[in-house]
Amino acid sequence: MNELAFIPALPLLGFLVLSLGGRSLSRNAVACVGAGSVCIAAGLTITLCVQYLQGGNAARVDEWVAWRWFASGPLAVPVGFRVDALSLVFMFIITFVGALIHLYSTAFMRDDRGYARFFACMNLFVCAMLILVMAGNLVLLYLGWEGVGLCSYLLIGFWYETPANCAAANKAFLITRIGDTALLIGMFLLFRELGTFDIAGILQASPGHFAAASPIITAIALLFLAGGMGKSAQLPLQTWLPDAMAGPSPVSALIHAATMVTAGVYLIARMHVLFQLSPAAMTVTALIGALTLLVAGCSAMVQTDIKRILAYSTISQLGYMFLALGVGAWSAAIFHFFTHAFFKALLFLAAGAVIEALHHEHNVFRMGGLRHRLPIVYWTFLAGAASLAALPLVTAGFFSKDQILGYALSAEDGNAVLWLSGIAGALITAFYSTRLILVVFWGEAKTPVTRVPGRWITVPLIILAFFSITAGFLEWPRDLLDVQLFSGLLRGVLPATTTRYQGEGGAQLTAVIATLAGIFTGFQLYYRRPALLQRWRRGRLTAAGRQFLLDGWKFDVVYDRFIVRPFVYLTRVNRSDLFDSLYGALVRAMQEGNRQLSRTQNGSLRWYAVGVLVGMLYIIALLL
Amino acid sequence: MRSNKKKYMPPVNSHTVLVVAAILFALGLCGVLTRKNVLFILISIEIMLNAAGLAFVAAGAKWRQPDGQAMFLFILAMAAAEVSVGLALVMQIYHQHKTMDVGDLNKLKDE
Amino acid sequence: MTTVFYISSLVAILSTVMVITRYQPIHALLYLVVSFLAVAMIFLSLGAPFVAALEVIIYAGAIMVLFIFVVMMLNLDKETAAQERIWLQPRVWIGPSLLTLLLLAGMVVLLLRGQRTTMRIATVDARQVALSLYGGYIIAVELAGFLLMAGIVGAAHIGKHRTESMHRYLRKDEEQQKEIHAAS
Repeated sequence: MNELAFIPALPLLGFLVLSLGGRSLSRNAVACVGAGSVCIAAGLTITLCVQYLQGGNAARVDEWVAWRWFASGPLAVPVGFRVDALSLVFMFIITFVGALIHLYSTAFMRDDRGYARFFACMNLFVCAMLILVMAGNLVLLYLGWEGVGLCSYLLIGFWYETPANCAAANKAFLITRIGDTALLIGMFLLFRELGTFDIAGILQASPGHFAAASPIITAIALLFLAGGMGKSAQLPLQTWLPDAMAGPSPVSALIHAATMVTAGVYLIARMHVLFQLSPAAMTVTALIGALTLLVAGCSAMVQTDIKRILAYSTISQLGYMFLALGVGAWSAAIFHFFTHAFFKALLFLAAGAVIEALHHEHNVFRMGGLRHRLPIVYWTFLAGAASLAALPLVTAGFFSKDQILGYALSAEDGNAVLWLSGIAGALITAFYSTRLILVVFWGEAKTPVTRVPGRWITVPLIILAFFSITAGFLEWPRDLLDVQLFSGLLRGVLPATTTRYQGEGGAQLTAVIATLAGIFTGFQLYYRRPALLQRWRRGRLTAAGRQFLLDGWKFDVVYDRFIVRPFVYLTRVNRSDLFDSLYGALVRAMQEGNRQLSRTQNGSLRWYAVGVLVGMLYIIALLL
Repeated sequence: MRSNKKKYMPPVNSHTVLVVAAILFALGLCGVLTRKNVLFILISIEIMLNAAGLAFVAAGAKWRQPDGQAMFLFILAMAAAEVSVGLALVMQIYHQHKTMDVGDLNKLKDE
Repeated sequence: MTTVFYISSLVAILSTVMVITRYQPIHALLYLVVSFLAVAMIFLSLGAPFVAALEVIIYAGAIMVLFIFVVMMLNLDKETAAQERIWLQPRVWIGPSLLTLLLLAGMVVLLLRGQRTTMRIATVDARQVALSLYGGYIIAVELAGFLLMAGIVGAAHIGKHRTESMHRYLRKDEEQQKEIHAAS
């Protein structure tokens, strides 16, 4: 049993202890078990990372087979883990950011009745996500995939006494299910073609087996993409993520910002060989990413619930990652995932602190003036928002987003349209980040602060803020500084991005200008000239437009009208099951026959005599 | 001198007797079906029994055996028993339901 | 003998027709007696004196007397006749006549299919019948005895005068119900 086993096993152990005995443990004990397991797993992961970095071997792989899961004919699936640099990046984020979030939750969820249940579900989630990224074969990956879906459902509907939360959990589960089914079909097709589920084997055998751009590999790649789209809330399966904000803030931070929604990114990056064999799938990926980032960004501009703004922002940033994957900028997408995890988790945790401090106030327009009342939260939130907006050079978000935008233009599969949408997205992102800061923290206080967050809440925020700023220094643009630690780490796993030309200067400058323009616009509209906004809110066309964006581009309405309602109608029509009504008709016919025949038994003696006579006549007629 | 003209009567053959029995039986049956009074129905049943007995005796006479007559005796015994029980029933019906109409006695109908 | 046979069969048929069409029960019974006597004559003409005597003694004698007793006890006279007059409309006869005619036709056709043999009448007297009865048919005689016994017992039990009509089990139930109602 090597130390790889402990990393997912510790959270699993925590889950078992808390789910079976959590009710009889004290709060402190639950906190120790719940947060401690993930912290120790994080420590082990960091040790492993140090080993990887010191070893210098970019193609190092750690494998460990736990036991043989099932074998049937030509199919043999072991519980096999396979950790390489890509898995390690994800493992680091899951355990490290996860540990910080768990520590935050020990204070955040302290007054909740389901304390032990919360940590049990969170631990199970961490375990499932680790299995997902550490899996050596697709079946084990799918196990982790389903596990995170289950935990997401459990945690969104954590406060299940409110029916709206249960509805949100159902919605999340059902929509991601669509993606899961597509993934499963893709897996089956892949097995039929290659005969194995082993990931390394698949990646090795695929170039030889499939002809490039053949229909079958395109189908498989598109199905895998659909699976990723479901989990990562891309168009058209993005409607569940804003509603998933019904769960507690730590849940939103861990699952719906840092880890579960990035499972799709991991999947596509891991199966990059399949995608490289199918240019059509790559194009579709990039297009979906671009569209998603624009649609979600526009929706985020007008939302009033602080967590919904961040949710749409997450969808938008995931769009950036998909855009990067689609143009072949593999390590850039992972780098953006890396930085995004830090600042988005930070933003969600800080938003949770704000909501708690203002006694469950979610509407940003009822907040304000928190700059002086909650200083630590303000400065950390500012760091996160700046990173989100990609403030040049001082934030991690800048480096990763800049890399993506650069490759969107210069990569072989990139083109100017994708780049322009990325630039537009950057502008929008900067705008709504500024809006968020200004409305929540500046201006005059509308709701008083009832609780100031304690140390266990602010310390994780500070740590995350630190990483939001410094994590970008791992990978500089080539013309500024020749530091490429991140892609260096991944060069053994992910192929380098091929570019058409080298120069990045003009594109970089445009991106910087877009960011600054967005910040400037936000500043103007929300600080200097708020009257303009009032006028727009009253104008009929602009108000309608605002409502359209507020409803998430009416996707929910369309789905309800064209999918949900017909289906509900069909189930209502089929409620009288066809076969059931057949049997019922049989019963009714029998009863009717009985009723008719009973009329012959009328108690009248003479009728009976006539009956006998008729019978006799019949017999005589037979004899004649 | 008496005329030697003997009236030609067709000899009795088996068919004739049986046809007579059949006619009597049919008449009795007609009575059962038509009459509503219980007593008349019983009377008609007696007619039918009698006709059956006639058929038996005719059959026995055809073969010049006593078996037909023995059978008639049993029919007679049965008729006697049936009449006594039947008339007792008629009297009870009359006492309890105060009616002789067989159409009123339909409590055994299927609800 | 053939003459006797034809005349008595005619009388039997005619009086049977009269039986089933009378309004008064007594008239019907008297015509029935005539019918039985005619049938006894038919038996005689067929060479069966024993059953001819039996017919008169038991059928016309005992059974018809029983009927007449019942008619007397139930006092069926003018009202019954009036009621029969109402019930016996001509159209009531249509259906049954049709059906019985059909039956008769069928029976006659079947009967006429058999062999037509001239019956040579030979008297089968009481002695032969008695030997046959207590010889080969002794069991049937005993069974007839059982039957008659059952008839007697049944008639005695059913004919007993009872004031209430309920079976004793139902009577017990009703008593219990009355107790429950009284208690509550």
